[in-house]
Formats: sequence, structure tokens, C-alpha cells
Amino acid sequence: MTSATETSAETRTTETRTERLAGLVQRRGSIVVLALVVLVSSVSFDSFATLDNARNIAIQSSFLAVVALGMTFVIISGGIDLSVGSVYALGGVLAAYGIQWGSLVGLALPLVVCGAIGLLNGVLVAYGRLAPFIVTLATLLGARGLLLAITDEGATTRLMPREDWLTHLGQGTFLGLGLPVWITLGLFAVGVVVLGRTRFGHATLAIGGSREAATLMGLPVARDTMLLYLGSGLLAGLAGTLAAAYSASGVTIVGEGLELDAIAAVVIGGTLLTGGVGTVGGTLAGVLLLRVIQNVINQVGTLSTHYQSVVSGAFLAVVVAVQAYLSRAHLRGRRR
Amino acid sequence: MEPVLAATAVSKRFPGVVALSEVDLTLHGGEVHALVGENGAGKSTLIKVLTGVYTPDTGELTYLGETTGFGRPADAQNAGISTVYQEVNLVGQQSVASNLFLGREPRTRWGLLDFRAMNRRAADLLAGYGIRVDVTRPLRTLGMGVQQMVALARAADTRARVVILDEPTSSLEPREVDTLFTVVERLRADGVAVLYVSHRLDELYRICDQVTVLRDGRVVHSGPLAGLPRLGLVAMMLGRDLEEVRRDGATKFEGEHTAERAEPVLTATGLTVKHRLDGVDLAVRPGEIVGLGGLLGAGRSETAMAIAGALPLDSGEVTVEGTRLRTGSVAAAMRAGVVLLPEDRKADGILPDLSVRENIVLAALPRLSAAGLVSRRRQDSIVDTFVRRLRIKAASPDQRVGELSGGNQQKVLLARLLCLEPRLLLLDEPTRGIDVGAKAEVQALVDELARDGLGVVLISSEFDEVVEGSDTIVVLRDGAVTARLTGEDVTEAALLAALAEEGPA
Repeated sequence: MTSATETSAETRTTETRTERLAGLVQRRGSIVVLALVVLVSSVSFDSFATLDNARNIAIQSSFLAVVALGMTFVIISGGIDLSVGSVYALGGVLAAYGIQWGSLVGLALPLVVCGAIGLLNGVLVAYGRLAPFIVTLATLLGARGLLLAITDEGATTRLMPREDWLTHLGQGTFLGLGLPVWITLGLFAVGVVVLGRTRFGHATLAIGGSREAATLMGLPVARDTMLLYLGSGLLAGLAGTLAAAYSASGVTIVGEGLELDAIAAVVIGGTLLTGGVGTVGGTLAGVLLLRVIQNVINQVGTLSTHYQSVVSGAFLAVVVAVQAYLSRAHLRGRRR
Repeated sequence: MEPVLAATAVSKRFPGVVALSEVDLTLHGGEVHALVGENGAGKSTLIKVLTGVYTPDTGELTYLGETTGFGRPADAQNAGISTVYQEVNLVGQQSVASNLFLGREPRTRWGLLDFRAMNRRAADLLAGYGIRVDVTRPLRTLGMGVQQMVALARAADTRARVVILDEPTSSLEPREVDTLFTVVERLRADGVAVLYVSHRLDELYRICDQVTVLRDGRVVHSGPLAGLPRLGLVAMMLGRDLEEVRRDGATKFEGEHTAERAEPVLTATGLTVKHRLDGVDLAVRPGEIVGLGGLLGAGRSETAMAIAGALPLDSGEVTVEGTRLRTGSVAAAMRAGVVLLPEDRKADGILPDLSVRENIVLAALPRLSAAGLVSRRRQDSIVDTFVRRLRIKAASPDQRVGELSGGNQQKVLLARLLCLEPRLLLLDEPTRGIDVGAKAEVQALVDELARDGLGVVLISSEFDEVVEGSDTIVVLRDGAVTARLTGEDVTEAALLAALAEEGPA
């Protein structure tokens, strides 16, 4: 090997400062904004920075967070899962329905059914080569229909016995925080490891980056894609179960539009809708940001809660615009 | 010696096309085997058959002495057949190290990825090829040359017995090519069988031992490369018999229509696009047909696209009738009267579900409309004129274009361009994929248009078409003009010689 060729490779590899900054904002932006919002809110509202309120935000965030965790992986792989809102509601109802045969059935039934829906999504997307948007839209409708069928069109709300351990899973606390919060944190810790430190996570990033390249590199693209949707269904079902346990009832009207909140949280957290780039931690920040904004608007009190949607929407628009700008800056940098 | 990989009588059919017909290919360890052929010769299909992307309809693959059929790319890869594609098929957002080890990452005993080991091994591996980069950087932040080398390093590191390189040098700088060749030579020394696909004759003669020439899905020649004259190789690729070349062809062009004294309608100078065009100069006078000669990838289509504003230029200028054109804008070029008939009419031209009328007036709509409304009567009269003039065979102007034959589709596209009243017509493969009769008609039409005073730039991979159609031929190689043939020199023999000529290397 000659030294002449060694130098040649180095010359054109300088990453510009803008590019590095763009990457940093992409990855860490949501956490910075979250910190700012929390800081400003703490100063502005006495009732914001209280332990009770923090607990409140944490528990409210946990259910969405679990759904958004599965969504993060799906979106990183370049897909989308619209069914999670319905699946989440179905999971809750099934938990309350199944608990009449025992707590174990109450936990297993939603996981099996929601997992099956996720698996169906996965098989159709991965092996049927159908567009995830359409497939999961279909299962969104299907899951909602199933839910209405087993609840007499939503008229029956089943309650979960207070003393059951499954209900305790939603209502109990540990070190002052609700058990769902701990479960969520545990799942996110696993998510961080899976995405960052396993072949599966690595392959997920590659599939989202370039599905064709991933296939040509011999990665198990179809199998992994299927597993991603299975995981998303399972997590949505689990989140529904926890939410049902928390309120000790299988509420039929929850979960509508939850898929959009989950997508918003994922995107705000820095994951690109086009796939290939994203972090699990960012999603957690995105979820908290949405819930903190909701909380703050409740604090103001005079504002209609509908303004929460307006603010979240505006936020999402800004984030997507910034992302688009940053990735174009990236492209420019590359073309130079 | 037993071959590492052999394809025997492999055929592959697609609807309406025979992509490969009874193809034999034998790769031996420690040999670099060149695979050459023009567009549509079947090279890509053959590679995809060898790598498990396609399953052949008939024929058989023998790998390491055993009959095999790779069901998926992963199978071929695991078996030791690695491919580096023309477009770098890696994941740009991920780090260099990740791209090298995706799917076979080193793991700790907990089953988690061992990034430290991965980065170290990646750095060592690349250093072995003389590349020192920060392997944790996203791949896309690196130059194309480095990306190509990463792809090759990945391919060569998977304990490969066969490495397939599909036009590996098309986006490389000359010194990067040198680095690549050292790697190829090392692979050869290690006993790997290398299949090398390229159109650059200089490279082939520098690095390859054997050559297989494909044309129209068939093997027309296979044997050692050394001793095979360049002229003969080019003639085989293009399907021209050297003897036949001296005879007269049978196209419908009548030749010679130049108004010698006229000022050029188009002057292009120093057209440069990184990695694609390198200072191309071109002048076309009214009534003149200028052919662009060159092998695939020489920059013919790029030249036409650059003139038509469809390819942004790094430098160079285009002047139409004395007025300098804003480059990189199709609209500006069209206003100045420069129009392009694109190479791929299905992808870039025809709207198959719209009617003949709609397809023809599409581009002219802005000038046919007043206050945003389009006069149906004016449309009809224009459509009528061109259907008659170009002898478009359609049941009615309302017939869907998708139902027409290829030749008539091409005429519809020509009509679309002509109703813009152009000054200069750029034709990229105007007769590709249309039947013989329609071909002759399109040729006659182009001739007629030139006689009416239009400047024409003609690109065709059919040799006789360029030679007999053109008044002047500009020969391109690697994006630069290497020869200009005028008058008496516009012959197939002269063009072949110009194409086969040794480059500056």
C-alpha cells in the first residue's frame, strides 16, 4: 500500500461544523426544549413544580410512552403503525374482559390478541409487500370494530376488581412513583439497548436507511420488519392493559387519535419520518414534552383544553420544518 | 482448474423480453473476468442471477463444484459471493464501521454489539486498503471514493470466494481508481474470482485476464483478454462485423443536409458536471444532425440533458442563436427552443393513461391558453396537424397513448416537442424499443425535420443510425470529447476506431 493513496482518502472527508451541529440538534433538540419548557413553567406556575404534579405527569406520560416506544422502532425502519390507538383501547377492554377468568388471563388475553394484530400487520407489510399506511389503517378499523363487538357497541364498561394484582400493576406505587412509570422506564431501558446494542436494532436502522441496501447486504429484512410490527402491537396492548388497570376499568372510548400523539412524540423526539435515524430516548422526551404542554395548559385554567392540540400541532409543525431544514443542510454539505 | 462459479446455459425471460438466452459464464479463482456489453445486453440480469436476486428460468449454476440455486441474496452472500453495486448500496446515515459489519457485527459474550471491537476492526480493515478515516462518522459524510472502497472492503471481507464489481469506478477520481485496483489485485492474489463489469476499455485491459461479451442477452465472445484487439472488442460489443462495416447500411437516413455557412443555432462550451461531464464543447447549425458517439457511460445522455437544462452544470455555458441560456432550467431551455426527447420514454415522457391529444398538447398548454383557459379548437387543430404530419396511427385523438405501439408513442412524444416550435431537437435513443418499420419512419422523420432547418442532436446506441443519420459525430469518452468526425470521416470504421482508441489513462 502506498502512502500516496492513503492521503487521498482523507482529503474529502471533512464534516462541516454546520453538519455536526445539525446532527446534534436532530438528536438532542427535544431534550433541550423539554428542559426549557419545564424551567419556564416552574418559574411561571407555583403549582407546576410540585411533587404531586410531577407524579401526575409521569403517570399520564407512561401509557403514551409505551405505545410510542413501539412506534419509534417502526418509524425508524421507515414504516408507520396507525393501528396502535385502536389496539391500545382494545387491549384495555380485553384486560377488563379477561380478568373474570383470573388475573393471568386478564394480562395474557390483551397481549395475545394485540400481538396477533401486530403480527398480522407485520406479515402483510413484510411478506405481502403492502404499504404500512394502508395495512395498519385497516387493522385500526378492525380492532375498533372488535372492541365495539365485545362491549355491546361500547355500552358495557367492565370493571376490574380493586384487590387484583393486575389492577395493582396500574395503581400501585414504588418509591412514590406509579408502577406503570417504572414499567415504562424499564421498557425504555430495554429499548435503548435493543436499538443501540443489538443486531436487530442495527438492522432496523439499516432497513430504514435504505431497504434495498439492507436486502442486498443480506440482512433479514422481512423477518425484522415483521417483528417490529409485532412489537408495536404488543406494546400498544400492554399500554392499554396498564391504562385499564390504572383506572380499574376497560374504557371503550380511549385511544382515538392516540396513534397520532405517538407519531408526534416520536417525530418531536428527533426520529425522521423517512426512517433510518432516531433514538429511543428522544421519544421519551417527546412524550414528556406533549404531556407537559398539556399539563401547563391545564394549569393556566382559563384556556380550553383544546388549545393543547393547537400547541402540540404547532410544535410538531416547527419540529418537522426544522428537521427538513437540517436534513437539507446535510445534503448540501454532502454535495459540496 | 475447477471453476469457482459457473453458469451453464442460463436463460431468463421477462414479460416481452428475453433478458438472457443460454448464457455460459465460468469464473476461476485468482482471475479477474471482464463482463462487457452495451445497454440491455443482459449484464445486470446476469449479475442478479449469480447473486440470487433472480432465479433463472432454465440453466444451472455450479458453485464450488456443486449445483446450486440461491433463493435469496443473503444465501449467495453467506456462501461467499459478494457484490459491489454501481450505486453504492450502503446505508448513508450509519457509521462507516456499521456499514462494514452490518449483519455480522462482533458481539460481546452478552450478545450485545461490541462497538469497540467493531470500530477497531473496521479501522484496521480500511487501513489495510490504505484508507484512514474516522470509522464512527456517518458514511454519507465521506467522499464517493471512500464509500465505494467501504463497499468493496465489505464485500472482500466476508470470506468471499467470488467478488462481483458492477462499474466500480464510475464515480471515482483517477487516484481512487488506483487504490481500487490494488484491492482488486490483492483479491486476485488471494485466489478470489473477480467479475469486473465496466465500459472503460483502459481499465479492462489494465486489470482483467478474461473477458465475456454479452449482446442482446447472448454471449458473443468469451476468452482471454490479452491479445484481443480493442477494435475487435468494441465491434463485438456493438454487434458490428468489421467486414460489414465497410458495406452500406440500411437506414432511412439520407445524410448531408448541412447549410455550411449558417451560424450555429446551438453553441455549448465547457459543459462540466462533476464525475459526469468534463468540458464538452458542441455546436449545431440549423439543418445539421450532430451525432454523439461513445460507449455506455461516456456522457452522451448527460450532454443532452445538460443542454436541455435537465442536468445542473458545475460550469460551462449554452448559447442558443447568440443568446446565453440560463443553464439548469428546463423551462428556460424550452423558451429558447431547445427540447429533449428523453431516453426512457416510458419513465420520462409518455403519460400512458392520457389521450393522444392530451399527451401532445401537454407541453404547449401554457402557450395555448388565455387567462388560464385552454381553447379546445386550437388544441384540435394542432393535434390534427401533427397526427397527419408525423403519420401517427391512432384510432382517434382520444385514444389512450398506452394502447399505441412503441413507434407511435415515440411519434406522439416528438409531436409534443414539435408543437413547441423548437429550434434545436435533442433526441436520446429515438428508435429504441420500436419495431423495424416504425424505426425507419422515425428516422425519415428526423431527416425531414433537419431538412426543414431544425438543428438536431442524435444519440443512438445503434451504430448505423448514428453514422448514417449524422453530418458530424462528436465522440465522447468519460465525459470528455475525444474526437470529431466530419464529412468523409463519418463512417462506421472511423467511429469504431475512435471508440477503441487508447485513452490518456
